[in-house]
Amino acid sequence: MIPSAFDYVAPSTVEEAVRALAEAGEDAKVLAGGQSLLPVLRMRLAAPSTVVDLGRIAELRGVHEDGDRLVIGAMTTHYDVQRDPLVRQHALLLALATDTVADPQVRHRGTFGGSLAHADPAGDLLAPALALDAEMVVAGPNGRRTVPAEDFFVDYFTTALAPDELLVQVRVPKFSGWGAHYEKFNRVAQAWSIVAVAAAVRVDGGSIAEARVGLTNMASTPVRARGVEEALIGRPATAETIRAAAQHAAEGTQPVTDANADADYRRHLVEVLTSRAVTAAAAG
Amino acid sequence: MTATIEPELGRPRRRKEDARLITGRTRWTDNIALPGLLHMAVLRSPLAHAKISRLDAEAARSMPGVIAVLTGTDLAEQQGSLPCAWPITPDMASPQHPALAVDEVRFAGEPVALVVARSAAEARDAVEAIDVDYEDLPVVLDMEAALADGSPLVHQDLGTNRCATWVFDSGEAGTGEDVDRVIAEARERGDVVLERRFRQQRLIPAFMEPRSVVVDPTGEQITMWSATQVPHILRLMLAMTLGVPEQKIRVIAPDVGGGFGGKLQVTPEEVLTFLAARRIGRPVKWTESRSESMVSAHHGRDQIQRLTLAARRDGTLLGLKVDLLADMGAYLGLVTPGIPILGAFMFNAIYKLPAYRFSCTNVFTNKTWTDAYRGAGRPEATYAIERMMDELAAELGKDPLEVREQNWIKHEEFPYTTVAGLTYDSGNYEAATEEAKRLFDYQALRREQAERRERGDAVQLGIGVSTYTEMCGLAPSRVLGSLSYGAGGWEHAAIRMLATGKVEVITGSSPHGQGHETAWSQIIADKLGVPFEDVEVIHGDTQSAHKGMDTYGSRSLSVGGVAAAMAADRVIEKASKIAAHLLECSEDDLEFTAGRFAVRGTDRGTAIQEVALAAFAAHDLPEGVEPSLDAEVTFDPENFSFPHGTHLCAAEVDTETGRVRIRSYVCVDDVGKVVNPLIVEGQVHGGLAQGIAQALYEEAVFDEMGTLTTATLADYLVPSAADLPTFTTARTETPATTNPLGVKGVGEAGTIASTPAVVNAVVDAVRHLGVNDVDMPCTPMRVWHAIHRGAGAAPTEMATGAEAGGGLGSIDGGDQ
Amino acid sequence: MRITVTVDGVTYSDEVEPRMLLVQYLRERLGKVGTVVGCDTSNCGACTVHLDGHSVKSCSVLAVQADGCEVTTIEGLARDGQLHPVQQAFHDNHALQCGFCTPGMIMQAIDLLADNPEPTEDAVRQGLEGNLCRCTGYQNIVRAVRDAAERMRPGAGPEVERVSEGATAHAVGGGE
Repeated sequence: MIPSAFDYVAPSTVEEAVRALAEAGEDAKVLAGGQSLLPVLRMRLAAPSTVVDLGRIAELRGVHEDGDRLVIGAMTTHYDVQRDPLVRQHALLLALATDTVADPQVRHRGTFGGSLAHADPAGDLLAPALALDAEMVVAGPNGRRTVPAEDFFVDYFTTALAPDELLVQVRVPKFSGWGAHYEKFNRVAQAWSIVAVAAAVRVDGGSIAEARVGLTNMASTPVRARGVEEALIGRPATAETIRAAAQHAAEGTQPVTDANADADYRRHLVEVLTSRAVTAAAAG
Repeated sequence: MTATIEPELGRPRRRKEDARLITGRTRWTDNIALPGLLHMAVLRSPLAHAKISRLDAEAARSMPGVIAVLTGTDLAEQQGSLPCAWPITPDMASPQHPALAVDEVRFAGEPVALVVARSAAEARDAVEAIDVDYEDLPVVLDMEAALADGSPLVHQDLGTNRCATWVFDSGEAGTGEDVDRVIAEARERGDVVLERRFRQQRLIPAFMEPRSVVVDPTGEQITMWSATQVPHILRLMLAMTLGVPEQKIRVIAPDVGGGFGGKLQVTPEEVLTFLAARRIGRPVKWTESRSESMVSAHHGRDQIQRLTLAARRDGTLLGLKVDLLADMGAYLGLVTPGIPILGAFMFNAIYKLPAYRFSCTNVFTNKTWTDAYRGAGRPEATYAIERMMDELAAELGKDPLEVREQNWIKHEEFPYTTVAGLTYDSGNYEAATEEAKRLFDYQALRREQAERRERGDAVQLGIGVSTYTEMCGLAPSRVLGSLSYGAGGWEHAAIRMLATGKVEVITGSSPHGQGHETAWSQIIADKLGVPFEDVEVIHGDTQSAHKGMDTYGSRSLSVGGVAAAMAADRVIEKASKIAAHLLECSEDDLEFTAGRFAVRGTDRGTAIQEVALAAFAAHDLPEGVEPSLDAEVTFDPENFSFPHGTHLCAAEVDTETGRVRIRSYVCVDDVGKVVNPLIVEGQVHGGLAQGIAQALYEEAVFDEMGTLTTATLADYLVPSAADLPTFTTARTETPATTNPLGVKGVGEAGTIASTPAVVNAVVDAVRHLGVNDVDMPCTPMRVWHAIHRGAGAAPTEMATGAEAGGGLGSIDGGDQ
Repeated sequence: MRITVTVDGVTYSDEVEPRMLLVQYLRERLGKVGTVVGCDTSNCGACTVHLDGHSVKSCSVLAVQADGCEVTTIEGLARDGQLHPVQQAFHDNHALQCGFCTPGMIMQAIDLLADNPEPTEDAVRQGLEGNLCRCTGYQNIVRAVRDAAERMRPGAGPEVERVSEGATAHAVGGGE
């Protein structure tokens, strides 16, 4: 199908983009990689008056270090995130989750920031961003502000971004030396996650020194499994510890029922997948 | 030198078709651009059942580029009723089926209005501007509910949702005993009587090429290009439906991107494009989007099957009783009511069954209409009986292969007339099974299964068996007549011998991926002794291939290919007379081998190409012989053909998550003689993928309002390469005795056989945990629930939550 | 809006509506009908082309986004009548039936081989996860891609297309 007609602007700086958004008003849509937006436009589920394409803004692409943080440009493609040596070294969990996003062609176009701003709770990059305490750098008419991941994801497809704001950078603390694993459960390879678990752990002398666990598609936003983390930290990295900790995975979640999974099944699944994800992360 | 050295039949020729397909030089219908071409878009009902109380198209009419907006009221006089060619019973309730709804819509996706505009985008924009008020009517979606007293009616004027009930009873037909008596006696004796209810979920054919139609009304004939499997049937039906003289219509099926039964149809959109183009006087194109295809192209399967199987304690089958409900959806398409009836002859499968009764009730619901989908009736039957054979084996504590062998027709018992009244001409179930067991390493897998059970592994192993047969080569016309089908089952072929000795083969079969151009070339090269490259196969255009019954039901080779071979025989007969004249000998002294007529016992002879030139020149022909070698044949098969085989599936079930992983899949098929083993293998692979997809992945799901919730390929899970295993395929070969090529057909075998093999494997893996069935598709959730609820199937209809992640729901989000 | 795009080695400059998809531009404006549309949710991959050397689904890219870019389609692979080794392998291994998915499948296979010149069977299957085929069950497609990998020198792929005369592709294709 063919989208409804719209105006198109392709600013070359963030400032121009913010101005374009403000001028276009409420009916504007931001185009990042377009891998979610274009299908939506083609299905005519949305009919924006203006599309603001961030594709020509060079400063939004790429990964660099800033002290104890990795800075990932919002328009860095999944393909580039997957292969970035800094990401693989300091935020392996992100790289592993990115490996599972959609399919190769989509990863060539889709962007890290676009996925986060799209805020589909089944999207694979939200839970890792939350688990790793990523910070979102947001640009608006009044300059830039930083929003922690836990405040950024508000509801289904809804973030803390105001209509005239853009996600420009994601700042991720370095998790060097941590093991990581993203355990995704879906029905066919290119489908969205029914449930997935993002786990990063630091094992020190056979014990779990630190642990981060984030859950995909267990509520209207990504969920941090703090109960699991607490039950892991300071305990020996054994199958028993992990299995017991995983029993906390469904705490505080609000999974939905859909054709692929009812809520009970999701609650069960998240425990199994948490156990598997943490086990793999601890081994890595 | 014209003789072919290597025999063509059985040779793995690379396909002629590929050259254009791998380079993008294709002729899909949507590629066609004509001078002055306009574009049509269709407005569809968002509701499953409603009165159209008001339709305002004024705004749409004044949109830029809009040439015409037409509603059901505008076309009511001309559009007639879409054809159903298969009234299965004299009293079948048969509703009017307008191409464009006039005052009521009966499924979500039904066409309500159309726009013709300069561009496809403008047509779509104008569709959005049409304003329709609907008055909700009660929706009925479930077949059992639809048959209950007081159910809302899909068609008020019919007074019922029961379309028809069709019965075959071996006692009444004289082909077997009275099954009710047999079952009653079995119960009294304490024999095994198993009752099961299986659900054939609704499927969507999901051919990769969306449907497309172009109609050019500017010539003396109105020409329609359509992505169809059935150009000949389409022309005939357009003529009959619209009252247009048949000779004024030309239909062309150019390159067609798959069909699987889904393009065996005369569609509303074909009729609408035809009417719009004729009315406007300019060429019009309609190409559907995928989401349009999902809701409006016909669906397949959708049955509730109730089975009662009686057997002696030693495993000998006594009788089978089958009660089906088959969902027609809201209307009857070309062969909708007959699809489940095609299964009536296959529930008895390869087994010697003394008593059998089949009863099928067709039901209307407010859903997309159903019709043929790969296998059409036969996968449903095979699934049911092969699941029952595994259940019987489990009940008796026997190996499922042993129970089958005990009951199947032995190779020396062919020809064998079954309890359903068909005569199986040939087969060797023992040979195929033996080979399959060897390739699969059956005993080793059984051992591993036992070990895993013993250890209580989280991942359990199951082994699924399916020993199937099917009826191919649709169909002997007399049989179709006895089933009240509206046409015959013959096929036509013609051969044109060109002056230069090259050959054109015209076939009434209409391929869409099957490789007819290659296979027919092989058949004719072999027959006439001409080079493979010298044969051109012409098809899919009613102007050049004027007569045909098209492609479906694994009929192409065993009916159309046989017709072509027989036409070649006639060419040789005609050429022989001229050759004898040229060589000044008697026809009896000639022998024809490898393209050459030779005078026995001499070195004199002439090539068929030389005879073709002599016939063309016509300077010196025998008395009374026409100057042409061309010949045509219309072949009506005397019987179906019956491919068979043994499929074995090993599946791992993760009992913690319910996920199923196919670890190995072996199939040994007997499709008779093979023209091109590469093509045969490819057909098996593709069939397996679709059958496995039914077992594990695909399902068309409607919400309680009657909206299809699996209306995109993001929701309707067609498996990718990453979701399917590598298959081990092999063949045994028992030639068909009912046609001169000895071929049986292979288009549907993989699909028919594989679904029960996979589900049997899943159930086998967790049977010791108290599971004796899992509804299809065996999703992780269903398998997990089945394990954890102990016995029986998990619930199949899940209420759909208002908002789950993982879709296209980014309407409000600040999405980037 | 005016865009300039190089497609299969030819530069085009056109006025397009912003809403025009790249695949529509290829098919309707340039007549590159070898690239097809199979869905509207970017699931099927039939429309796969290379955009600046990487595979993309041309139904999920606006034509205006391709301004200034290089596009390679199925129609730009064969050079001087010589098939690309992946095209040849698809033919030799009977990796297509109806052929509708084939252009996208071949374009994605070339991309996958550029990233991983010696893929395992599993890597091929994963690399093709975004391309649906309804006819073949994928078995011969997987076989063809691995066969092509053997025929191609390491490093061939999208880079090959950027060689203006396509000399590398010829040498490999002709080496059969």
